Amino acid sequence: MTAPRAATAYWIGFGAVLALLIAAPLVLPEFWRRFVTEILIWGLLAMSSDILIGYTGMISFGHSAFFGLGMYGAAAALLTVRPPNLWLALLYGLIGAGVIAAFVAYFATRLRDIYFAITTLVFSQIFYVIIFTWTEVTGGENGLTFRQPPFSVPAVLSVPFTPVTLHWFVLAVVALSYLILRRVTQSPFGMVLQSIRENEPRTRAIGYHVERYKIVAVMLSGLFAGLAGVLYALQNKFAAPDFVFFLVSGEVVIFNVMGGMGTLVGPVAGAAFFLLLREVFSRFFTEYYLIPVGVIFTLMVVFMPQGLLGFLRRRLNQ
Amino acid sequence: MAEQLLIQLLIGLSSGMILALVASGLTLIFGIMDVVNFAHGELFMLGAYVGTTVLVATGSFWLALLVASVTIALLGAGLHITTLRPLLGRDPLTTILATFGLSLVLQNYALWQYGPVARKIQEPITSQFQFFHIQFPWYRIVIALLSAAIIGALWLFLKYGKYGIWIRATTQDRIMASAMGIPVPLVHTAVFAIGSAMAAASGVLFGPLVGVNHAMGLDWILKAFIVVVVGGMGNLAGSILASLLVSLLEAFASLWVSPAQAVIVSFVVLILTLLFRPTGLFVPTPK
Amino acid sequence: MLTVEAIHTYYGKSHILHGVSLEVSPGEVVGLLGRNGVGKSTTLKTIMGLIHPTEGRIVFEGQPITRTVPHRLARLGIGYVPEDRRIFRLLTVLENLRTGLDRNGVTEERKKVLLDKVYQYFPVLAERRYQAGGTLSGGEQQMLAIARAMMLEPKIILLDEPTEGLMPKMVTQIREIITLLHQEGVAILLVEQNVPLTLAVSSRIYIMEKGVVRHHATAAALRSDDSVIHQYLGV
Repeated sequence: MTAPRAATAYWIGFGAVLALLIAAPLVLPEFWRRFVTEILIWGLLAMSSDILIGYTGMISFGHSAFFGLGMYGAAAALLTVRPPNLWLALLYGLIGAGVIAAFVAYFATRLRDIYFAITTLVFSQIFYVIIFTWTEVTGGENGLTFRQPPFSVPAVLSVPFTPVTLHWFVLAVVALSYLILRRVTQSPFGMVLQSIRENEPRTRAIGYHVERYKIVAVMLSGLFAGLAGVLYALQNKFAAPDFVFFLVSGEVVIFNVMGGMGTLVGPVAGAAFFLLLREVFSRFFTEYYLIPVGVIFTLMVVFMPQGLLGFLRRRLNQ
Repeated sequence: MAEQLLIQLLIGLSSGMILALVASGLTLIFGIMDVVNFAHGELFMLGAYVGTTVLVATGSFWLALLVASVTIALLGAGLHITTLRPLLGRDPLTTILATFGLSLVLQNYALWQYGPVARKIQEPITSQFQFFHIQFPWYRIVIALLSAAIIGALWLFLKYGKYGIWIRATTQDRIMASAMGIPVPLVHTAVFAIGSAMAAASGVLFGPLVGVNHAMGLDWILKAFIVVVVGGMGNLAGSILASLLVSLLEAFASLWVSPAQAVIVSFVVLILTLLFRPTGLFVPTPK
Repeated sequence: MLTVEAIHTYYGKSHILHGVSLEVSPGEVVGLLGRNGVGKSTTLKTIMGLIHPTEGRIVFEGQPITRTVPHRLARLGIGYVPEDRRIFRLLTVLENLRTGLDRNGVTEERKKVLLDKVYQYFPVLAERRYQAGGTLSGGEQQMLAIARAMMLEPKIILLDEPTEGLMPKMVTQIREIITLLHQEGVAILLVEQNVPLTLAVSSRIYIMEKGVVRHHATAAALRSDDSVIHQYLGV
């Protein structure tokens, strides 16, 4: 397939998926509608993580911190400012995630590989402990609940969300994020990130300031993860410390691996796959669904490290 | 106040020794096989569970300790052969992912098998002793000594003895060790089994001090990782010293803040170490 | 005893060996000459199982060993002394020797006999037996690498450029060791850049160029007419 035709095919595919997702809330029952919205949110989180893991080659177990701070940031806005404002929630959430991202970015430049992974894990736990114990501010174990803000264009209109319109809002944000991230990964900047993943010493030797690229990658990753956190807060109207626990980061890594790292779309598919598996297995195994899912994940790490997407890609090429 | 400090000192030392036992297994596995064993906390937890089962069945704490160590060593060997051996030679980060997957499975398996309610192990020695004006449980001293003994035995095993040489040779040059007839995959499995046994033993020893439940591994794995990084990865002596340091600091900190918040101490130590001595506090920084 | 048939080996995407064939009979000293980069070391590494060939066969004492793991080959009787010696730097000299000595089925008396023999051949190792391998000089490390392989009581030793970087006095010592080993009936496949040494100790010589064996002759023939050697090695 020549390049222009491949591009057209891609956009047709993208458009088709988008159309399906727009139509989804109109035809699906309530439960599955929520399910699709959740997939989108976790998909965004997985995409943000892919920037680090898949493109730059830095495994991070700290995305739950970015996600959680986005969530709590939004909560802060919605609880302290009256009337609750959608855009303020977004802003607070992004600032919260951004601050943490800057902090992590500093360490990212000084640590390699395993040390970085462990440190990010520790960070998400630090925030977990702080959030869990600082009950006066964060609600501790019980978290915070708040009202959903209306969709507002300042001074023009203010319309409360319905489940359907909220889904469309989430879809719009996620789709836009995807396009932005896609643009970034295909840009020269994205190429440098991948070259860092392939061979960091060589990239440095060529003359690139690896540190600066890593910092930007972490900031980018953190901000979009925070955005996912805000969306989650908006949809569910609560913020809880459970989401800051490092196991959530682990789940994100699972999405990345299962779906295919370094593909942006892969992790979203991975998130969908994981959530679907969880649904299905929960029917049979109730809360022990992680046993079969964990087994599948481990088997995939060993035998299918390129993830579902990589696997499909190979099959299609044959 | 002095009495409280003294008690905290003893608590810090005894917890530190148990942490050292867990961390030694972890750093051993990393130093020799370049594997970051995320499932180490779960081996600790399963060891505690096997220990409780044996204890309930036979009434003997020491038998429980032995059986738990052996069982989990076998489990560790099995896990290594099935999941980690195929990953030999691949990017080391895949082992983090694989062991993470294993930890999820093991944790939830324990939840499924044993339920969410914590179990209590009765400590074998319940008496306390007088030390100046304070009462302190003998048991804590015993576990500290036992941990030290186990670690000492490990060190002797590595330094002398035929298999110790095999292990050290494999660590230094895996390929040449193989060319000398040393069965490298077997050595790796054996080391993983030893590390697992150490984790299990810690679980049984520590069990009476907290409840045994499926999530107990999580706290420990985090602390163990911190300690291993602070002590210098692959550095046995370093991880022991770091364990004692962190545990002592935490013990003293809990005089002022709640135990849940005292864990921040270990985080702070880690961050400071990474900022100023990233290869480990007790390792000279390479120029 | 050792037959290599048309092996092809790749390093990643680089095709290094393009069908190398050679053989070594029991007790023979066979030389493998060639310029840098033609694939001599790669041939030894392929035989020793450190790299797997994509095509071809290797047979040792009638058994196919083409993709067998190194530790099994060592136990079958193939010793390997790599180009960069690769002794265990943090182990003592004695511990280095023990990695080969501590095998199954070897009695304590036999171990003592072997150790004494090696200390006789290499007195300097006896002196430094409790010193860490990394503290030895280059020549001493080469001695240790050879001694270590001898601990396996091998039927054949794959020797990769043992005289590289050594002083002339040590080169002579290496030559004596090779002769001694030959007298004991140990076969040797010797990869070398040192042509005079190879001509002196070998009975047959293969010459490689660009990943294949280009010429094969008895050492005697090459000693009388070494024009072929000049042709391929430019020496």
